[in-house]
Amino acid sequence: MEKTLYTLIVHSENIAGLLNQVTAVFTRRQINIESLNVSASSIKGIHKYTITAWATEDEIRKVVKQIERKVDVLQANYFTDSEIYQHEIALYKLATPGFQANPVASKIIRRHSARVVEVNPTFCIVEKNGMSEEITSLYEELQQFGIVLQFVRSGRVAISTSCFERLNEYLASREEKYNKEKE
Amino acid sequence: MKQQITGAEAMMRSLEHQGVKTLFGYPGGSIMPTFDALYGHRDTLNHILVRHEQGATHAAQGFARVSGEVGVCLVTSGPGATNTLTGIADAMIDSTPIVVIAGQTPTSLLGTDAFQEVDLVSITQPITKWSYQIRSAKDIAWAVARAFYLAKSGRPGPVVLDFTKNAQVEMVDYEPATVDFIRSYDPNPDTPQEALEAAAALINKAERPLVLIGQGVELGGAQAELKAFLEKGDLPCGRTLLGLSAIPTDHPLNKGMLGMHGNLAPNVKTNECDVLIAVGMRFDDRVTGNLATYAKQAKVIHLDIDPSEFNKNVKVDVEVLGNCKRTLKQLTELIAETKHTEWIASFDEYEKVEQERVIEPEIHPTTGPLNMGEVVRAVSEATHHEAILVTDVGQNQMMAARYFKYTKERSIVTSGGLGTMGFGLPAGVGATFGRPDRTVCVFMGDGGLQMNIQELGTIMEQQAPVKMILMNNNYLGNVRQWQAMFFGRRYSFTPMMNPDYMQIAKAYGIPARRVTEREELHQAIQEMLTTDGPFLLEACVIEEGNVMPMTPPGGTVDKMLLEC
Repeated sequence: MEKTLYTLIVHSENIAGLLNQVTAVFTRRQINIESLNVSASSIKGIHKYTITAWATEDEIRKVVKQIERKVDVLQANYFTDSEIYQHEIALYKLATPGFQANPVASKIIRRHSARVVEVNPTFCIVEKNGMSEEITSLYEELQQFGIVLQFVRSGRVAISTSCFERLNEYLASREEKYNKEKE
Repeated sequence: MKQQITGAEAMMRSLEHQGVKTLFGYPGGSIMPTFDALYGHRDTLNHILVRHEQGATHAAQGFARVSGEVGVCLVTSGPGATNTLTGIADAMIDSTPIVVIAGQTPTSLLGTDAFQEVDLVSITQPITKWSYQIRSAKDIAWAVARAFYLAKSGRPGPVVLDFTKNAQVEMVDYEPATVDFIRSYDPNPDTPQEALEAAAALINKAERPLVLIGQGVELGGAQAELKAFLEKGDLPCGRTLLGLSAIPTDHPLNKGMLGMHGNLAPNVKTNECDVLIAVGMRFDDRVTGNLATYAKQAKVIHLDIDPSEFNKNVKVDVEVLGNCKRTLKQLTELIAETKHTEWIASFDEYEKVEQERVIEPEIHPTTGPLNMGEVVRAVSEATHHEAILVTDVGQNQMMAARYFKYTKERSIVTSGGLGTMGFGLPAGVGATFGRPDRTVCVFMGDGGLQMNIQELGTIMEQQAPVKMILMNNNYLGNVRQWQAMFFGRRYSFTPMMNPDYMQIAKAYGIPARRVTEREELHQAIQEMLTTDGPFLLEACVIEEGNVMPMTPPGGTVDKMLLEC
């Protein structure tokens, strides 16, 4: 079965231990998490998880349902790269002498729209925002000079391109249903 | 009206507020303040002292399964808590509502490897619906209300409350709490009208429909709705192990048990039907056998309250989400009244084959030692098929499930998903408290009885009227059967030396009788049933008896072995 890199977007209550429950669903099915980002969402008290993983569609559909089944999870959805706008941030620490010896390196940095945020006689730090492949390609180009001392990238953050977040709608519908059942 | 009371007292009042009357537990260091509060509530809260915490969880399961209420356990931290894990996992996979309240070291000591500290919340998260640590007394009323709401609503399951000692002793302004809404959790999901219509259209067009009934029918209290649905559509059905009593055994549309040791006809017909309608069941591998050859010819309609069950194992054509008590009623309105006489008659030849080659020789042998099926059917008949059946796990379980008959709902308590040996005896204790008005018969093997034999102490103390039927074959019978069939009869550690169970029963003051002869069986069963209180009937059964028919593991449902 063909594996695809899927991005899962999960909204949950902000509760200690929930990350454990979410990742356990992947562990149980032997799926590696490629990247993981957890942060507060635009709605107070609700956290947003952005998770990427290689899996078949059948696997990822089951994973999403298992995550959504956790009582404190509000919504879970999965997307392919074409259905989201996604970004990462990366930092590259370069050896200053090597950087200076290779003038092409600074051209590469400009071409990639990255920026130098720190320079001292020992090292300089380059920062880049972009898609996963862009970040990797800058790394590879700089590494051909052998000047990268350290390299780190964030997990992916993503926003679906389909429409606005449906979470508000979902919360409203839950309230509405509760009030109706109570009557 | 707010009142300053201790957290332990708040726990007692919160339990009473939930309508709890019975709990199963075992005291220890970290739960002592709560047991101290319980001492003052003995009039309203009947605490059953078990002999091991695993017994408490299985008793709570037995209680919950027969009564439909939440079973409650009260245990201490550390080993007390870890001893409950098997029961919690069992309750999770079999969707049984229980709440386990475990003591925990004081918040100030958490994470220090304190005496009897264990990270219970992390351990139990994968095997509970909800697991929560109560760190402050002001959380108690809310946490208990939420625990009970989650345990019994939607697809039921176990909840753990990890109750720190400081929260038990702190003073708190107690006010009863109610939880009937959690925004991230919908226990009563809506059913799209299109799904109902699509399902009804498939059913109306079906020439060879087959309904698979699971425990969801019992959990949803939808037994009457199911009957109306089956009868209007003239739909034959098979039941899963946990769904056996959702419809009376002798109902003409009941075609038997599904699965590895189920009946021949419903298994064969699974691969002949044109529309398969699964109600509150989860296509366990013990039901489906090899998925690649399972019901490939059929359109599949799946009714379930848990959306994560759809397409989990079997590809579904129509998903009917929702409580089956409602969806079955809606479907019944939409389907046409019809007859499937020829199709239903086509089950007969398989029933006849199984009757002649398997059932008759099993339940009505004329020579040789007692058969397991013979004992089961004799007990079932002696109770007029009205008793609650509790089983342990293994051959005793399959024989009991196959040959016991059911006339009343919620009449089978067995460890289906987890297959927990040692489940039967404590579950039987719980069942007698859950339905004191009914006869409770527990079938066990010599292996399973010894896995929680300490609960004989609970039975003795409570005089719990558990009718224990030990089918002793001096083997771990189910494993032995597999060794015989698939491992060249190499009986690796399945022969077992047994104690004298009559002496054990005597030591506990439990009336007992051993039967080896066929002529004595009925009289011994009568003695068991007419004796007040508990009774242990040891039936010395055929040593190398086999449960048949059988779909070998990974085999195809329509290719069951009738003999081995």
